[in-house]
Parts: sequence; structure tokens; C-alpha cells
Amino acid sequence: MSDHEYTPKSKVGKWFNDRLPLLTLANHLTDYPTPKNLNYWWTFGGILTFCLITQIITGIVLGMHYVAHADLAFQSVEHIMRDVNYGWLIRYVHANGASMFFLAVYIHIFRSLYYGSYKSPREVIWIIGMLIYFLMMATAFMGYVLPWGQMSFWGATVITNLFSAIPLVGESITNWLWGGYSVDNPTLTRFFSLHYLFPFLILGLVVLHIWALHVPGNNNPIGIDIKKPSKDTVPFHPYIVIKDAFALLIFLLIFAFFVFFSPNILGHADNYIEANPLVTPAHIVPEWYLLPFYAILRSVPDKLLGVIAMFAAIFVLVILPWLDTSKVRSTVFRPIYKQFYWFLVADVLILGYVGAMPAEGLYLLIARVATAYYFAHFLIILPFLGMKEKTTPLPLSITEPVLGGSADMAMARNNSDFKEKL
Amino acid sequence: MSDSEKKKPNRRDFIVTATTAAGAVGVGAVVWPLVDQMNPDASVKALASTEVDISAVEPGQSITVLWRGKPVFIKRRTKEEIDSARAVDLSELKHPEKDEDRAKNPEWLVMLGVCTHLGCVPLTDKGDYGAWFCPCHGSHYDTSGRIRKGPAPTNMEVPKYEFVNSNTIKIG
Repeated sequence: MSDHEYTPKSKVGKWFNDRLPLLTLANHLTDYPTPKNLNYWWTFGGILTFCLITQIITGIVLGMHYVAHADLAFQSVEHIMRDVNYGWLIRYVHANGASMFFLAVYIHIFRSLYYGSYKSPREVIWIIGMLIYFLMMATAFMGYVLPWGQMSFWGATVITNLFSAIPLVGESITNWLWGGYSVDNPTLTRFFSLHYLFPFLILGLVVLHIWALHVPGNNNPIGIDIKKPSKDTVPFHPYIVIKDAFALLIFLLIFAFFVFFSPNILGHADNYIEANPLVTPAHIVPEWYLLPFYAILRSVPDKLLGVIAMFAAIFVLVILPWLDTSKVRSTVFRPIYKQFYWFLVADVLILGYVGAMPAEGLYLLIARVATAYYFAHFLIILPFLGMKEKTTPLPLSITEPVLGGSADMAMARNNSDFKEKL
Repeated sequence: MSDSEKKKPNRRDFIVTATTAAGAVGVGAVVWPLVDQMNPDASVKALASTEVDISAVEPGQSITVLWRGKPVFIKRRTKEEIDSARAVDLSELKHPEKDEDRAKNPEWLVMLGVCTHLGCVPLTDKGDYGAWFCPCHGSHYDTSGRIRKGPAPTNMEVPKYEFVNSNTIKIG
């Protein structure tokens, strides 16, 4: 992993490091050579780590006051809001923190899509990332059930009923998930237990995600392989640390705006009504970050196929490194893909919008077209485009575009080795 | 493979196979309780039946009671509702069931008030068939609780029930 041998300066440090090489690890993380052209879209990894830690800390504190019981959960959340010192702050940070976490993860994912960070040799980083994303959705869903409001209860009912679509064993599986014949107290207690566990699984996967990243090193905005360390790299500390810290501050401004000025804008008023198994709210909607998948689920008129389409929408992302056949990573050099990239962004936003609307009439039609386009993007456009598209010439190094026009570079460009690479 | 290449099983192979088999049984015996603890427990199963007084329900009215944590619709149907349910041609139905089989006593329709799509509670006296309509994903049910339009795959389920006397229904 480390590119050079490291020996601690102090005797104690050396003694310790020989027994547990933590100082070598710290040195690797500080000196880690990073492409010098990383832009602000690369700061979201650090922001996401911050989000995860925030959720874990606020979550542990909330767990000290929350009671996981169908008769007491709703009141205990109100107790946190009204009686516990700063309970309102901690809960609002946790609830809005989930939304901020997803906001950051979507930017992180779309950055990867734009700059081809999922391509060889970074497929494993991408797949671990998708596992983290999937666990995040499961964690967020179970967390949303805990306040035991109307949206909690009916959201849980709808999502757990997805499994009833499985032929033959569907009913047994839902009864097993519920611990009964409907969403009830046993469901709540197990969701609490798992909601507490999953963030630590995510934390473990984050360590693997970063470990896998440090093997090939960061991708960069022009997506070419670079020599490390070289003129094209800077050490992680202080260059990237300070850039990440600045971006985090800006992100925290937005975070704080939601927490202090509109803490409930991303939630649903129905969740301030205690769960009632006899009355379904007129319009059930999941949290905003799940809406595109919800739109895909509802756009298919058959129950089982709808569920399959929803899970396929996530799975198609997992196999993305093998669907995109283009050898060129960065969209900067792929003029046609660049347009399709923005179509996809628009498509996902449209899916999110129609996911929040009733599934009827024009909304349903739009949802169907957008769902079809979503799958077409990954299964048809990407494989064919990679083979047909004429990409623009790649620079030899990160510094080359800056020093462009020099005689050396022109010679390098005419080099036959380089032409083959294109 | 010729005979010479075939390895004769020796005592060590036997030990490996036997250990693996015993280990697999042991793992299964440990995992199953951990899985099965999530299934409905004895206290949940103990609430398996409930008795409902229906003496106050007028024709055309419907009441909702809770059974096993789920709503049960008990609808006293009017003559028109029964006739419209019985007049339907079975070939029109997504999940063909005769109304006679769903409502033994035609005046009383007893069924789980749970949409078979994703488990929401349908609204009474709504929808294209003037009976039940699920607001979550737009399933329409007729006066027999049969799915007519929308994503739900089957009719609303009729639970096991019996008339204890003319005023009381026992569900479960």
C-alpha cells in the first residue's frame, strides 16, 4: 500500500509501530498522493464520512431517550422534542442529517458517473459504494418507522408488503418480517435493533471503500492514469484536507439552514399523527430520496414485475462497470455521452417528481416513459455508445493542458505508443 | 477416469466427510432458532380469533374491526349491491371468484380490509365500482371486494368466520 518505507522518529513511536503499524497507516494517509486537479465534486467523500459520524453520534444519543414500543414510541419522540435538554436539536439534526446524507451521496454517485470513476480498475470501490447506498436506504427506511406516526406505519406496511409479491413464500416471508400478521410491536422492536446495527455495517464498508480506493488511487476530472507520486500529484495533507474542510463548511451552512429554519420541510405532516392501523393516509409518499425508485415501482401495472423493476433499478447500477464499454473515463472527452449524462440526470429528477405525485393520468404516463428511459440508458445506450462514440484526444498528463502547445508535447502526441492508447 | 486414478476413500476422507456433515447439522441447529425467533410468537398467535356484535349495522352500512392487527370490513349489503355483485360475468374478473362463494350469507360481506397490492386500507364507498378504492396505488374493488382495476393481483381476502348467532360473527 505504502509507496515508501516509513520509520517513526521517536524511539517510543518506533517501538509501538513495530508492534502495531498505526503510525505507518497515519503516514500513508497524510502523504497519500492525490491528483492535483481534483475539483469540489471530489469533496463529497469527506462530507459523507462526516454525515455518517453525525448520524451515529446523534442516533446513540436519541437511543438513550427513545422507547421502542408500539404504545410508547410516538410519545417518547414527543418527549425528546419537548422535555429532553436539546432533544429537539439532536432529533432535528438526526432527521435532517438523513436527508443531507442522501443529498451528498447522490452528488457523490453522479460525480462518479460523470468522471467514469466506476471504471477499471475501480470496479470494487464502486460495488462497495453501491452496497453502502443500499444499506443506507434500508437504514433510513427503518429509522423512519421508529417515530410510529402514520407515515411510519403505512410506509412500513407498503415496503414490507413488497416481499409478498414473491410467489409461493411471499406471505410467510412478510409474516416473518413482521413477527405477526401485520406491522405491529414486534416489527417496531426489530427495526429499532437493526436500525442501530446497520450504521456500523456501513462504517465497516466505508473502511473497505477507502481501502479499495487507496490501491489504485483517486480518479480525476480528466480521467487519465497518472504516475504517483509525480508532478501531477499533491500530498493529501494539507492540500486535500483543507479543501475538504472548506467544502464541509459550505455544506454545513445548508445543513444548518434546514435544522434551524425549516426542520420539517423534508418530512410529512402525517407523521405527527400517531400510527393507526385502521386508517391509511390519503396519499402515501416515501421520503424524497426514495422517490425515483417509488416511481419505478408504481409505473409497472403488475405487482411482482413492479417490485422486480424497482430492485433492478438498483442492481443495474451495480453492474454498471461492465455495461459502460467506453475505455475513456471522463465525460470531458465524450461529447455524445455528455448529453446522455444530462438526460439521465433530468430523467432521475423527473422520476423523483412523479414519484411524489398520485399514480394516475399524465403522471403515470410520464413515470412509465421515464422508467423505460432509465433502463434504456444503462442497458442500451451505454453499451452501444461506448463502441461507437468518437472521443476527443486525451492529454498525456494533468500538466499537459496547462503547458499545451509546447514542442515537447507535440512530439509526445505524435508518438505511436500514445496513439494506440487512444 | 481409469481405476488407477480413482482414489480409494481412506479413513481420513471418512473423518472429513463425517465432520463436515455433523458441522452442517450443528450450524443449522444454531441458525434456525435465530431465524425462527422472528416468526409470529405465541402471544401474537393467541389473539387469533375475535367476536363482533353486528346488531347495530343497518343495510348499506359497513363497520371495520381489528383482527390480528389488520382491519376487517363487515358490510351489510343492500339488495342492489348484492345484485350487482352477482350479475358480474366471471370472465371479466382478474381473479375470478363467485360472489356466492365470497359471501355465504349474501347480506353480509366479511373480508380483510387490506388491499392485496401493498397492504393499504381501501376507502369504503369509493372508486369506479361504488365499493372500495385503495388510495395508495389506485386499485378499484367491486361490491363483492373483487379486484376490478389497478395493480392489486387478487380479490380482498375472505377470512375464516362464522355466525355464532344472528347478531354475532366470530372471525378466525
